[in-house]
Amino acid sequence: MLLARFLGPRVWILVAVILAAAILVPLANLALPPDHALHVPSYLVPLWGKYVCYALLALSLDLVWGYVGILSLGHGAFFALGGYAMGMYLMRQIGSRGVYGNPVLPDFMVFLNWKELPWYWLGFDQFWFACLMVVLVPGLLAFVFGFFAFRSRVTGVYLSIITQAMTYALLLAFFRNDMGFGGNNGLTDFKDILGFPIQAASTRAGLFAASCIALAIAVLLVGWITRSKLGKLMIAVRDAESRTRFIGWRPQYVKLFAFTVSGIMAGIAGALYVPQVGIINPGEFAPVNSIEVVVWAAVGGRGTLIGPVIGALLVNYGKTVFTAAAPEFWLFMLGGLFVFVTLVLPRGIVGTIDHGWDALRSIRRAKDAEKDESGGDAQAVPGPAE
Amino acid sequence: MNRSIRWLLAGLAFVLFVAPAVAQQAADPAAIVQKFGGKQSYDDTEAVISELARTGDANVARALRALRDGDLYWRESDEAVFIGKRKGDDYEIFDPMTGEAAGTVPRGEMQKVRVKNSIRNAVTTALGSLTLGADSAAQRMRAAETLFSEADPEMIEPLDAAIASEEDAGVKARMEEARASAVLVSDRPAEEKAAAAKILANRADRESLTMLTRFAGATDDPVAKQAAEAAIVAIQNNIAFWNQMQNVWYGLSLGSVLLLAAIGLAITFGVMGVINMAHGEMVMIGAYTTYVVQEFIRTNAPGLFEYSLFIALPLAFLVAGAVGLVMERGLIRFLYGRPLETLLATFGVSLILQQAVRTIFGPSNREVGNPDFMSGAFDLGLMSVNWNRLWIIVFALVVFAALLAVLNKTPLGLQMRAVTQNRKMAAAMGIRTPWVDAMTFALGSGIAGIAGVALSQIDNVSPNLGQGYIIDSFMVVVFGGVGNLWGTLVGAMTLGIVNKFLEPFAGAVLGKIVVLVLIILFIQKRPRGLFAQKGRFVEA
Repeated sequence: MLLARFLGPRVWILVAVILAAAILVPLANLALPPDHALHVPSYLVPLWGKYVCYALLALSLDLVWGYVGILSLGHGAFFALGGYAMGMYLMRQIGSRGVYGNPVLPDFMVFLNWKELPWYWLGFDQFWFACLMVVLVPGLLAFVFGFFAFRSRVTGVYLSIITQAMTYALLLAFFRNDMGFGGNNGLTDFKDILGFPIQAASTRAGLFAASCIALAIAVLLVGWITRSKLGKLMIAVRDAESRTRFIGWRPQYVKLFAFTVSGIMAGIAGALYVPQVGIINPGEFAPVNSIEVVVWAAVGGRGTLIGPVIGALLVNYGKTVFTAAAPEFWLFMLGGLFVFVTLVLPRGIVGTIDHGWDALRSIRRAKDAEKDESGGDAQAVPGPAE
Repeated sequence: MNRSIRWLLAGLAFVLFVAPAVAQQAADPAAIVQKFGGKQSYDDTEAVISELARTGDANVARALRALRDGDLYWRESDEAVFIGKRKGDDYEIFDPMTGEAAGTVPRGEMQKVRVKNSIRNAVTTALGSLTLGADSAAQRMRAAETLFSEADPEMIEPLDAAIASEEDAGVKARMEEARASAVLVSDRPAEEKAAAAKILANRADRESLTMLTRFAGATDDPVAKQAAEAAIVAIQNNIAFWNQMQNVWYGLSLGSVLLLAAIGLAITFGVMGVINMAHGEMVMIGAYTTYVVQEFIRTNAPGLFEYSLFIALPLAFLVAGAVGLVMERGLIRFLYGRPLETLLATFGVSLILQQAVRTIFGPSNREVGNPDFMSGAFDLGLMSVNWNRLWIIVFALVVFAALLAVLNKTPLGLQMRAVTQNRKMAAAMGIRTPWVDAMTFALGSGIAGIAGVALSQIDNVSPNLGQGYIIDSFMVVVFGGVGNLWGTLVGAMTLGIVNKFLEPFAGAVLGKIVVLVLIILFIQKRPRGLFAQKGRFVEA
């Protein structure tokens, strides 16, 4: 298969690991007895599922930041919008089991004395419609936002700041009660998804597997996009936008494509995230969340495809460990991580290893060449460009 | 807490300065009012009335009017005097001087201060001479204001007399308004009421609007009704105008806050091109410096409290500037030319600073007091102006002017501009560019610290203080145009005013969202802001 050669072995290894996790973790949780050494306790499954969703979010950011050079500080907005779309479906599934027992209206609307469902809540009782919205709403926002931003050549930090303003504006908007999205409290108290009780271990295992499969597909998709001709163009735009334009390409469309795909991926990540954590509230729009995503990608190594996935898993695992051990210390750690990564490890973990490997190889080649012919044209073969 | 201290200070000032002065002039009117208590003859009552009239204190008018209307009572147990209102079998009682509620008392315990017609006449005369005939124009003015609100037809004649002898034009106008308000509710002929409505139209505030509306609803006379309705329209226009002015004022106030928050950023981001996400934390550090200074003053030298802000200003500049200097030397200088990395690293610093402050001072809000000159408000036309808001506008403009002077008139400013425009050439001319970078960044950070001192007066001093300002500040700088201080000024004021004008229609939160969306759209149109820099070095 052409794709296999394209992507290189380590992407396939990553995909294999993710798919193995998709099968093994639910098995270890459901099939093994609780006293077995390899049994995965039920509380860990949604936690790991959360990490996988974060990895997908980091990967979506990597597509635009690592490959097109757009530093979006608003990816949390796409994530949260996808999450809200899924949350609305889950709210409608509660039906008359809510506190007020209204068969159609979610509790918070009854509480606000609303008489009927707002038009934008219609259709969310259908799973397929919710799934469509999970893709459509973040995708549309990314498309419209990107269309205007890239067309007028808003680049670099300006773009970063207006993406941040975008998620901030959405944060403020979703905090309002009369927006009809539950205001401050958001959407929660979900009962079941597609008829399966949402708290059940088997449902959670299923959701975990679904998240892993989505991540695996996303890794392959991003790999395929970035290794294609379009991907080369994306990297060209990242490294020399003006030059690419002068050659005759239209960088704005390349960027718009990447941004929209990335927004959709982030939305899907959010949609998988919400049923596993059981709540979605406006806090997900907070600019800090979006910036945290950036640090995951930076730690793992942007533009390396597998780096952001690794980074997201590592940082979030660290967050879980440290917030449990010393909650006050975590922000120091996170802040320090930002500074450390940018100063010492600008390529991230994967990028640094790659770079070191390349450097080592070129040194060895130069030495070999020196040995082969004493003198002669012993020019070191330059390593592949970063 | 804050407020109670202010009251305490006000009370202290009153006891120290005002009270002795009054005591020297005349006996305490409150004490004289108490003389109504106990059994006494009509002559005794009249003597007390004339004694009250001699104090020349308009505050006794309340008690006198209550006496005239038969609402003045004294308590049998201690002969204390109160204004009473029937409420079932009890009396609701009020303090005769201040009108503050003092509880309810069973009917049997209260005795009415007896009145007859001659007493009533004495009271009316006393009221007229007491308040309207007072020596100081300010007192007469206050009397007229009170009478205006009272709208008491009995006072028309005393008012006529007072108007005839009044020499101060301002007081005379007030008295005429007071007379007009009384005429409206009296049984005088319709023509006179129509004339009164015209007078009230000139006054044109919410109170006269209420009076006229009530009158227009009650009267049957077409002439008077027409006059009243014309007056109502005029007043409504006037109120609408002042509402707009109030909006502009709020807008300027918000704009000055934005200006203060953004002006340091205009240096670090605008001039140096460094994205400092920790800028908000510099503001926060300035606010906490104010807090520490005030705490120190409270424990060591309470007398200096009034000057705490002036002490805090240079300290906040130094502290925030020092933090900025350390940041530049230790971090940012390695990242020049890599704006996105700078953004991330400084964001990390902002997290660390926030958490550090949270660890040291705790996560809750810290209390920063307002000195006297920063508290209170005064009326301008129909709008109310807070002193702290006014001083912050002034302060923002002063900081702006000072910064402009530093940039344009000092050697450091010259070097800063030189380095921004052409780093290599500046270095070739012998400017130590790393040193200039460090100083510029420290200057920008120090100004953020100064902004923190001002913002501590109107905002909660908490570890999250800076976060609330960072996005707004960037918006101001980007909107105004990077690298241009005037752009920052215009940008801040425009955003402030637009925000406040949107609020009545859209609500505070939605207004803010609309502004953010408008800025995002604006950046599409003019990616380099309102006052874009031009020239060769722009794209570099």
